[in-house]
Amino acid sequence: MKYHLTFRYTFVLAVILLFCSCKGERKLPYYGMRDTKTVTNNDGSTTVDTIYQTIPAFKLLNQDSTEITNDTFKGKVYVADFFFTSCNTICPIMHRNMKKIFDNYKDNADVMLLSHTIDFKYDTPSVLKKYAQKLGVDGPKWQFAYGAKDTVYTLATKSYLVSVAQDDNDKQGYVHQGFLILIDKDRRIRGAYDGTNPEQVAQLEKDIPLLLAEDKS
Amino acid sequence: MRKLIILLSFSFTVICIFYSCQTADSVQRDAYYVNGRDLYIRHCQNCHGEKGEGLGELTPPLTDSIFMKQNKTQLACFIKNGVSKPLTIHGKVYEGKMPDFNLAPIDIAQLIVYITNGFGHKQGMYTPEQVAADLNKCR
Ligand code: HEC
Repeated sequence: MKYHLTFRYTFVLAVILLFCSCKGERKLPYYGMRDTKTVTNNDGSTTVDTIYQTIPAFKLLNQDSTEITNDTFKGKVYVADFFFTSCNTICPIMHRNMKKIFDNYKDNADVMLLSHTIDFKYDTPSVLKKYAQKLGVDGPKWQFAYGAKDTVYTLATKSYLVSVAQDDNDKQGYVHQGFLILIDKDRRIRGAYDGTNPEQVAQLEKDIPLLLAEDKS
Repeated sequence: MRKLIILLSFSFTVICIFYSCQTADSVQRDAYYVNGRDLYIRHCQNCHGEKGEGLGELTPPLTDSIFMKQNKTQLACFIKNGVSKPLTIHGKVYEGKMPDFNLAPIDIAQLIVYITNGFGHKQGMYTPEQVAADLNKCR
């Protein structure tokens, strides 16, 4: 009788442990379009590789009017978003949340942040500079990017998969989604989180370490 | 003896009236506070934060009790008309721009009760009538 019980407990414990270990191996998904490539191996056999969508080469100006490109983020995991400095609805919430990530990874150079302005009329680099200073995040870790309308809007909708638009019917002139996009060291999209939703932001905070660990192994 | 009884019951009645007024008052204040919190979450929390902590130097905190007391009659104007002149909060100068909110006096009163009784303040009730009077004197 007693042994029987012990056995049962052991079984339950084993199942729980199994569950935990499964969870520990969670891998982040890949977002966007996929393509395949057939590679020929050394022994003449062939395998099919999946090619995931990547962020294409870009060239923008940052808050110091310095050019930034993909190379600025080379080998980094980064969180990207689209905003404008005079946005008084969702942007303060998104940036309050991104600032938490900024603070948590202050000493980890492998994590960066990239905010693109969609207000090409008003948000010149010097306006972005002032904004970054007032938010208390001015420095190389968090880049604020300015570019021509076409460049930034195409990057948003085609590459980061965030919808942005100029809208004259909107009180503020622009409409955009508040997603925070997680990019890995190989420029692939690994997560999209509503930057105004506390649960989704918490998920992002859990996913960053996973991505950092993945790229190490 | 009779006099004493009359005096006692009289003062008892007065105290009762006083207390019931006060509880009616605090019941109303609590109702305003709760509604004010909902309005705050909907309209203000994005910038001023859940705990009224503000956001960097972009948005000032709502925790400066001295500022709140000194500017009590301006709060309705801030909410209704927005703010674009520099303000000094906790000794720091803020030069941001707060948008205007086209809200009814009752909503503004509830918001004011919330922000002047939450975040470590305790300034009591504020009525829609006071709000209407304040709005006539916006600077
Ligand atoms: C878009 C962001 C934003 C929103 C939304 C907003 N505020 Fe403000 N608020 C500001 C800024 C910026 C200032 C400072 C303006 C300045 O420096 O001239 C300010 C100043 C204030 C002040 C006076 C300064 C202080 O910190 O005590 C009060 C009171 C205030 N806001 C209350 C509110 C209330 C109530 C709401 C909601 C109805 C609200 N705000 C919504 C940005 C905002």
